[in-house]
Amino acid sequence: MDDLRGKYLDLIAGAADEAALEDLRVAAVGKKGEISLKMRELGKMSPEERQVAGPALNALKDEVNAALSARKTALEDTALEARLAEEWLDVSLPSRPRRQGTVHPVPQVMEEITAIFADMGFSVAEGPQIETDWYNFDALNMPAHHSARAEMDTFYMARAEGDDRPPHVLRTHTSPVQIRSMEAQGAPIRIIAPGRTYRADYDQTHTPMFHQFEGLAIDRDISMANLKWVLEEFAAAFFEVDKVEVRFRASHFPFTEPSAEIDFRCSWEGGTLKLGEGEDWLEAGGSGMVHPNVLRSAGVDPDTWQGFAFGLGIDRLAMLKYGIPDLRAFFESDLRWLKHYGFVPLDTPTLHGGLRG
Amino acid sequence: MKFTLSWLREHLETGASVVDLADTLTDLGLEVEEVVDPLGTLRPFTLGKILKAEQHPDADRLRVCQVATDQGEKQIICGAPNARKGITVVVAHPGTYVPGIDTTIQVGKIRGVESHGMMCSEREMELSDEHDGIIELTSGEIGESYADWLSAHDPGKVDPMIEIAITPNRGDALGVEGIARDLAARGIGTKITKPIEPVPGTFPCPIGVSIDDNTLPAAPLFAGRVIRGVTNGPSPAWLQAKLKAIGLRPISALVDITNFFTFDRNRPLHVFDADKVSGNLRVHLAAGGEELLALDEKTYRFSPGHVLISDDRTVESIAGIMGGEESGVTEDTVNVFLESAYWDPVTTALTARDLKINSDAKYRFERGVDPAFTLPGLELATRMVLDLCGGEASDVVVAGDVPEDTRAYRLDTKRIESLVGMSLPDAEQRATLEKLGFRLDGDMAHPPSWRSDVRGEADLVEEVARIASLTKLEPKPLKRTQTGVGRPILTLAQRRERAARRTMAALGYNECVTYSFIDQASAALFGGGDDATRLENPISSEMSHMRPALLPGLLQAAKRNQARGFEDIALFEVGTAFHGGEPGEQHLLVTGLLVGPTGPRDPHGARRGVDVFDVKADAEAVLAALGAPAKVQILRGAREWWHPGRHGMLCLGPKKVLGVFGEVHPKVLKAMDVKGPAMALTIWPDEVPEPRATGPTRAALDIADLQAVERDFAFVLDADVEALSVVNAAQGADKALVEHVAVFDEFIGGALGEGKKSLAISVMLQPRERTLTDEDIDAVSAKIVEKVTKATGGTLRG
Repeated sequence: MDDLRGKYLDLIAGAADEAALEDLRVAAVGKKGEISLKMRELGKMSPEERQVAGPALNALKDEVNAALSARKTALEDTALEARLAEEWLDVSLPSRPRRQGTVHPVPQVMEEITAIFADMGFSVAEGPQIETDWYNFDALNMPAHHSARAEMDTFYMARAEGDDRPPHVLRTHTSPVQIRSMEAQGAPIRIIAPGRTYRADYDQTHTPMFHQFEGLAIDRDISMANLKWVLEEFAAAFFEVDKVEVRFRASHFPFTEPSAEIDFRCSWEGGTLKLGEGEDWLEAGGSGMVHPNVLRSAGVDPDTWQGFAFGLGIDRLAMLKYGIPDLRAFFESDLRWLKHYGFVPLDTPTLHGGLRG
Repeated sequence: MKFTLSWLREHLETGASVVDLADTLTDLGLEVEEVVDPLGTLRPFTLGKILKAEQHPDADRLRVCQVATDQGEKQIICGAPNARKGITVVVAHPGTYVPGIDTTIQVGKIRGVESHGMMCSEREMELSDEHDGIIELTSGEIGESYADWLSAHDPGKVDPMIEIAITPNRGDALGVEGIARDLAARGIGTKITKPIEPVPGTFPCPIGVSIDDNTLPAAPLFAGRVIRGVTNGPSPAWLQAKLKAIGLRPISALVDITNFFTFDRNRPLHVFDADKVSGNLRVHLAAGGEELLALDEKTYRFSPGHVLISDDRTVESIAGIMGGEESGVTEDTVNVFLESAYWDPVTTALTARDLKINSDAKYRFERGVDPAFTLPGLELATRMVLDLCGGEASDVVVAGDVPEDTRAYRLDTKRIESLVGMSLPDAEQRATLEKLGFRLDGDMAHPPSWRSDVRGEADLVEEVARIASLTKLEPKPLKRTQTGVGRPILTLAQRRERAARRTMAALGYNECVTYSFIDQASAALFGGGDDATRLENPISSEMSHMRPALLPGLLQAAKRNQARGFEDIALFEVGTAFHGGEPGEQHLLVTGLLVGPTGPRDPHGARRGVDVFDVKADAEAVLAALGAPAKVQILRGAREWWHPGRHGMLCLGPKKVLGVFGEVHPKVLKAMDVKGPAMALTIWPDEVPEPRATGPTRAALDIADLQAVERDFAFVLDADVEALSVVNAAQGADKALVEHVAVFDEFIGGALGEGKKSLAISVMLQPRERTLTDEDIDAVSAKIVEKVTKATGGTLRG
């Protein structure tokens, strides 16, 4: 029996492929295999002989089967290794191209602004970009002869001959949305109104279309000190610093009283803008307490309600925050610019996750 | 508005530095735009004395000087003809910046001889145009600061100049006196007020004045007097220096006097040569057609309603705006008529706008000068004319009157706390208003005559807050509108706009923001460009019309990018298009544009030209993101800028178009000079129906337990039969059993012959009650074949 064992284990170990291994299985443990035949002879043995030979033969059969199985696995592994070696690829080849889309900085920054103001209870209001001169001027305490009107470089819509209404305008600011929102909603109200605005001006720092957002909060007891706080909170959150001090400089706008220019504390060291530190001031926009005449225009009683309004430039905020040098490039759709300054599609600004995803 | 520190000090007693004054002005709302302080640049210059001056060995016109300075004896080469031993000079040491030559002095060799500095002329320090030689001082110690020497001996040269911006409401700050008043109210100095003594006339005024009755609203007050026997030479140096310091050119004593009062008191005046005035002066409305050669040497032609001043013969002046050349004063003027008048701001502004004319007088009258100061101003100016030009003054002639504008507003001292959030004692508030010239009568505040802008109680609060300083206002938290967790604030439309944007970007498109206006030709290609959307005053013909669609702007962007060498272009915009010129005639669009190959060249053979099914997939993805129903109809017949055979409208019924996808018409591409083909999609987000479900709960998931069966069919069809009709027919064969139909192959022509195609579909059958038998499957298959062949006229492919 030891001969048998030695013979088959040697043969199995030397089997070159699966076919040879199968032949060996048949020869050893197949129906008419040598070991199988030996097992048949057990019946002819005396019980004593059988007691010895039976377990020995069974053990031999198991051992041969195990050897067959192990050899089979080994042969398969070898074959797989050979195949895998064949399947080598130059993985340094470029990947299959996939377009990378981007979101423009203007809507991205609008979403940042919205996230911040939503937290302070402001909703987002919209209004038409072609406006009547009443909404754009008169309702905002700028009657026809007001000198501020002439200074606004207003775009006018053409009027057909015989149409003697005052010409409509492309809104010069987002402020008409104040009037429309108060007309629709009354007071109390808290809104921001981001959107396109237009002035007939084109040079290094002006484009005939730009983006602004208006803030308006009307209630019974809102003060200019609240306005300053809101602007400081906004600036710190937007520029992602601990604190940005706001300076109010007395000024004049027809639609607010008192009126103040908004400055943010900043430094310009080495040509880099840092908000919230330093000794310089960055002019950011205009603000003030909504003029009683404006509230009246919108059907809100100024003896009961009061509040603030402000306007800030969105393009400018984007330029300052992200270091984008030229305003005009915002609207030129140069793919190099869009890809460089654009935002990853899923980078949705939130307060809990950070304004920059 | 420009003024100098010394000028300000004539109206304000103050020891404040120019920096403090500038900061205060800005804080008061008189924003400082520029401070030119010569002392700043002069600080490093010191006095020296030439000890020795010898001829340069190699240059005829240069001298080698030994100069005693605060840093010891220095050798300085100098080319000035007056450089000689013994004179006191101004020295710039190496390292000093010399503004007039825009150079920082270095130690250098001039023709082989070392020079350690520079001796300066006035021009080199930008003190004057004087450059005949270096400065020779009559006094001064070696090492003394030149700035200090100038402050002591020639302060006019180092007088700081301040320029401020004036908001439209603050006409009163267009005079130095008004600026001083604001500063005094803040407490940074004390206002100097000198009484005005009238100059008695010594003879009756030979020129009479009148205002037509219909002109009185536009010209309430016109006054003047003749001063005879004047000498109109150059004005004295102090007056010339004042005017020059604020950028005005001295002309003659009489003209300089009027300019002085314009800036000193915001009191524009005019001087006529009395000998060139025929008869009397009459203020009247233009009839239309009159002409005048004005002082700017331009001829103006007037329209009815313009306010003019005429003598018995002709027009002599445009009221409040500009005088006439002919009656203007010259060096030879002996008798002068000095005018002081009050003109209505609105009329002045409108007339000047009509005539496209600007002047210091017009700028002031349209912002409001003090009407009550018309006659006192005339007296002050008369006094100065007599002082500087001699002569004697006539009686004053006056037409009209100071317009009545009495008003008063209640000062509610609590308002500053509730409106601004500042707490100030009552007394301080009252004192502020009084310092600004308000008269307080109990709690009623009467605005001064020079503050025509004050028109309500809120103005009183503004004045008090402004003087108290808004810079010092302490921020106070804005109360939250609710306690607890914030609620969403975006509307459905706003959420959809965001979803569309982020989906397009995720699909690989680069977002653009293009101008809302576009050229007429491009607008016309997309159904726009009519007069309703035309701008009256576009900045260029490229931006003449409001865009009717986003596609033209994106095509122009694609063209520019093609010119830059980009081949594969994927752009999109989410924005407003305009279908009319009335407010509200605008609608939101999402438009994507694909041009060129799908990507750059690659080793995998993945690159191909973009096609209609790329934009169809993207349009479907956007609609899905907006929550549109999954099943939409695909209809043809979109607008003319789409390829007629290669586009589809994604619709819910023929009138409810949610979007269009397809190839852009080649003619449009040609007209816009874009290398095509180009594929585009447009979605109207507002057309997508609002979701029916209001709550967050989803419909229950319905999964069948029984095994589904899939069967494939191929049909031979006419080439123009649409796949959707095959799918719909198969779907309709057994609505309960057919779960899904998918087209998986299309083959056109070949052995099928011209005008034929084969379309293969896979139908998934999902039994609900019992497992399907072969008979069941055969029966439904037969029905599918029957339905499809009947609906399409095709045959089952064998």
